[in-house]
Amino acid sequence: MNFLYAAYAATWIIHISYLATLLLRYRRLRKQIEELRRSQ
Amino acid sequence: MKRIFTVFALLTGLLLSYALYQALIVAPTEKTMGDVQRIFYYHVPSAWTAFLLFTINFVASVVYLIRRSSAADALAVVSAEVGVVFCTVVLVTGPLWARPVWGIWWTWDVRLTSTLVLWLIYVSYLMLRRFSASGETPVLAAALAIFGALDVPLVYFSIWIFRTQHPQPVIGGGGSIDPRMWHVLLINWAAFLCFALLICWSRYRLEVLKREVEEMQALEALLQPRGSR
Repeated sequence: MNFLYAAYAATWIIHISYLATLLLRYRRLRKQIEELRRSQ
Repeated sequence: MKRIFTVFALLTGLLLSYALYQALIVAPTEKTMGDVQRIFYYHVPSAWTAFLLFTINFVASVVYLIRRSSAADALAVVSAEVGVVFCTVVLVTGPLWARPVWGIWWTWDVRLTSTLVLWLIYVSYLMLRRFSASGETPVLAAALAIFGALDVPLVYFSIWIFRTQHPQPVIGGGGSIDPRMWHVLLINWAAFLCFALLICWSRYRLEVLKREVEEMQALEALLQPRGSR
């Protein structure tokens, strides 16, 4: 049973970690867009 | 478009919850393996989704090489990246199933090794895209993607071609599966497909935005007076 829960938990940890990196990249891009707007 | 995305995200969340309920509660317990067999409902759909994404990457790479379409190149990057995520799930859940059933975490069997090679090929594809600054990077990456896609049928058919420790395939493998297990497997695959589509959608928007920002930054650098550079 422990292996089953470990597998399901690992799956969601991998997916949520990837979604978090997407969010970080999106925030970084928003920052760059703001900087570009300010410099124009 | 934003509203469609939100509705689709909510529906995907509901479908994933329903699929989890089906996998843990509704699906019958396998006689010999017991509850650990339920890992199958996450492992197999993740593998099928990864194969589908790598196939999309292959098609997009071929289209890019023929037409030099920026949209096809962006789709190739997105499908490879999300495919690697799903392939990682396969490589993590597989050993977690193997340990209680086979008594070992890993064996250098053809199916397992070719899956690891597939993962390594696409990780190298992503590293090439991330760290190469050459203008020819998309072309090189597309060529690598075509080479990498050759491993997809090898992974899938390795069970038929070679003697392997891995269980026989669910589709056309000669083994039988309880119809209720089939039902739960298909629900889980549908849920993971919707989830993959949702991530690809977000990642594609991010990729397009990133390219626009890079273009604007390059333009700004060109327009700056010489003294201020």
